[in-house]
Amino acid sequence: MMDKAVADKVIIEPETEEKVILDDIDRKIVDITQSGLPLVSRPYNDIALRLGIEVSDVIARMKSMQDSGVIRRIAAVPNHYALGYKANGMTVWDVPDDRIHELGEKVGQLDFVSHCYQRPRFLPEWPYNLFAMVHAHDRAEASLLVKKIAELIGEDDRGHDILFSTQILKKTGLRFNQ
Amino acid sequence: MQLNTENKLNKQQLSALEKHLLNDFQHDFPLLSRPYKKIADKLGTTEELVIETLKQLQERGYVSRVGAVFRANSIGASTLAAMSIPEEELDAVAEMINEYSEVNHNYQREHHYNLWFVLTASDEHTLNAILDDIEHRSGHCVMYLPMLEDFHIDLGFDLGFDLEHDSGY
Repeated sequence: MMDKAVADKVIIEPETEEKVILDDIDRKIVDITQSGLPLVSRPYNDIALRLGIEVSDVIARMKSMQDSGVIRRIAAVPNHYALGYKANGMTVWDVPDDRIHELGEKVGQLDFVSHCYQRPRFLPEWPYNLFAMVHAHDRAEASLLVKKIAELIGEDDRGHDILFSTQILKKTGLRFNQ
Repeated sequence: MQLNTENKLNKQQLSALEKHLLNDFQHDFPLLSRPYKKIADKLGTTEELVIETLKQLQERGYVSRVGAVFRANSIGASTLAAMSIPEEELDAVAEMINEYSEVNHNYQREHHYNLWFVLTASDEHTLNAILDDIEHRSGHCVMYLPMLEDFHIDLGFDLGFDLEHDSGY
């Protein structure tokens, strides 16, 4: 099984992104909005009331978190599974390190890919360094999407796999232990 | 195929307003005092109807929430982790992992590595301590795969509704 000696749990900082410092109020806003904005006429007022701050402050802080990239987007988040996307596959690819940036950008732009990340290999058991999530109605459709990615990657594809989810065991928003 | 039929059924059951609310506001949801009013103006309907429809979509399970989507790894320390757990131990190990509030997602996947979860902690020290704890309590190794680079510009996901041919609410 896995060799503990290679399992050095160092979290490598993403090269292109900086850590953002959030204060306590920002973190509380994160906590409150993760479970959803209230469905009332003035939702940010509700948050302001709960935190005892001005509504303009809530909006300004959320805007600032959006500008710094902490908030990727504010959204009505659809439940893909309920909407018929029953085959959710994590596709994983082994591509040369010196090609991963260019290939990652290309794969990340495909409209059927919802997430695309570089992650470290975990050798010898796990040779894959590029992850792309695909959502399809069924497995046959998912296989076609894998084929499209394979064509895009071309001869740099040194091996790939698709891991279908069979059960959601937990899915919650981000939570801070406070 | 069964799944496809179900899916078509689902999509037909959605009104044009519901489809627009599901598809069009996966990014730039308004950061204004009355966001639902702004959405209503864009779609040519009323604030009350937008709020009511979103409530119903949420109740029916089509919308998981209306809220902020945070960038992975931008706050604290996080990692994707995977374990290879014998079938008969899977439920117990999954339950143990889910006890940690730092675990946001946990999926069973069809693979030698059959348990995949995302851990987000306030700092790396806490994250590593939890990973050690999980290995110790389960008796199985954890493969951890933190994000190194994010290639996707997240604008949500086109739901493939044929909105051009819909008109009226």
